[in-house]
Amino acid sequence: MSGKLKIRVDQDKCQGHARCKSLAPELFELDEFGNAHEVGDGSVPAGMEDKAWLAQTNCPEIAIEVQEE
Amino acid sequence: MSDSVSMMPEHPPVTDWVNDFDHTDPRWTENPFPIWDELRNECPVVHTKRFLGCYLPTTYQAVKEIAYDTEHFSSRRVIVRDVRPEVQRNAAPPITSDPPEHKPAKQLLLPPFTPDAMTKLEPRVRAICNELIDEFIEDGQCDAAARYTKHVPVRAIAHMLGIPEKDGDLFVKWIHMILELSIKNESMLVQAVQEMSAYFAGHIEHRKTHPTDDLISTLMKAKDKDGNPLEDSQVLGSLRLLLIAGIDTTWSAIGSSLWHLANTPADRDRLIAEPELMPSAIEEFLRAYSPVTMAREVMKETTISGCPVKPGNMVLLSFPAANRDPAMFPDADKVVIDRKENRHAAFGLGIHRCVGSNLARMEMTVAIEEWLKRIPDFKLDPAGKVTWSEGTVRGPRQLPVLFGKKN
Repeated sequence: MSGKLKIRVDQDKCQGHARCKSLAPELFELDEFGNAHEVGDGSVPAGMEDKAWLAQTNCPEIAIEVQEE
Repeated sequence: MSDSVSMMPEHPPVTDWVNDFDHTDPRWTENPFPIWDELRNECPVVHTKRFLGCYLPTTYQAVKEIAYDTEHFSSRRVIVRDVRPEVQRNAAPPITSDPPEHKPAKQLLLPPFTPDAMTKLEPRVRAICNELIDEFIEDGQCDAAARYTKHVPVRAIAHMLGIPEKDGDLFVKWIHMILELSIKNESMLVQAVQEMSAYFAGHIEHRKTHPTDDLISTLMKAKDKDGNPLEDSQVLGSLRLLLIAGIDTTWSAIGSSLWHLANTPADRDRLIAEPELMPSAIEEFLRAYSPVTMAREVMKETTISGCPVKPGNMVLLSFPAANRDPAMFPDADKVVIDRKENRHAAFGLGIHRCVGSNLARMEMTVAIEEWLKRIPDFKLDPAGKVTWSEGTVRGPRQLPVLFGKKN
């Protein structure tokens, strides 16, 4: 079994498409310019792994990193 | 006038798409997809001598390389035309800006267009859609482009800017002149920009004594990175951009979506039965029928996907062709409304990501939802003709449909 997931939005790559926020609103938040940041320390709560991967695979800028801990 | 028109280059019908493409050829306008497939099979970047020299990348990879490369490719000209009008400072920032001017100009415009800001605007857009549908629903038929899809973004952006929604016909006229007619007739560009600037100058002047809380006032109150008010030319340029970029584009995206749903009853019925598919359907419509092709100007010699590109040429940065690249999207030529992985580039890639993308998505979603609620069953009118816009933005400009008792 895989371990817990952790996500991180690369601020140099994010351009504010906001696809992640739409697909996984529990895992991402947007700043005043609409750029995305991971919520808290990026730990993905159990049961939300699919949403993390969905956000990662839909980001046009490939700005989301998902790591298995 | 007649002299300048007679000097414009001819656009003979294309016989060799690989070496002589023309995005204003009627066949491209009608159905560009097989043309892009043919070109993509030939070479990731093709060239034409038309338009004083222009490249066309057709793969997702080549489009992405160019979009990310602001060193070799400039945004100072973003429309491919027969001529190269002199570069104007503050033409339409930030879309016409390169680094380092780009970022501060863009950051001014981002806060009013966040998803949260769009949520506040949504009830007004829903009301606009229903007001429009009220006007034709009893007729059992309408030109959905002229009566519906056109007016949604016009009224929404007018509402945001704080200018009268009834001036919409004027905005549509300017946009047609700038995005379509000016490709082959430069005087149209000059005239439209002058008229728009005069229009906005009046609204700016009025707000100097009567401040409001709309987007025009937001720009007038904005400060640059040194804390100084923006130059009038930047305020005017950004207002021109918001009007031009905010209307034709979303009009096209809503129109293409309705065109698809009129043609594809299975998708229509599924969206009505499974409304939770709406977000992925909207992304898929954006991918498959991306309305906007931007341009760049080559500033320095470089290589894109192995193909040499030389300064002095323009680049037609075809996000629509990239989004149909089978190397990036399985079944790229099919519309799959529940597509799971969809990194489409309809709103661009890199620093020039469309500032209005959240507005466009909200308008598309609301316009399709309200249409399907009230007109769930509709089809193209076999007695009518669907026509498509030419050049930079692609979408239906006539979309005759039948519904209700005439369906």
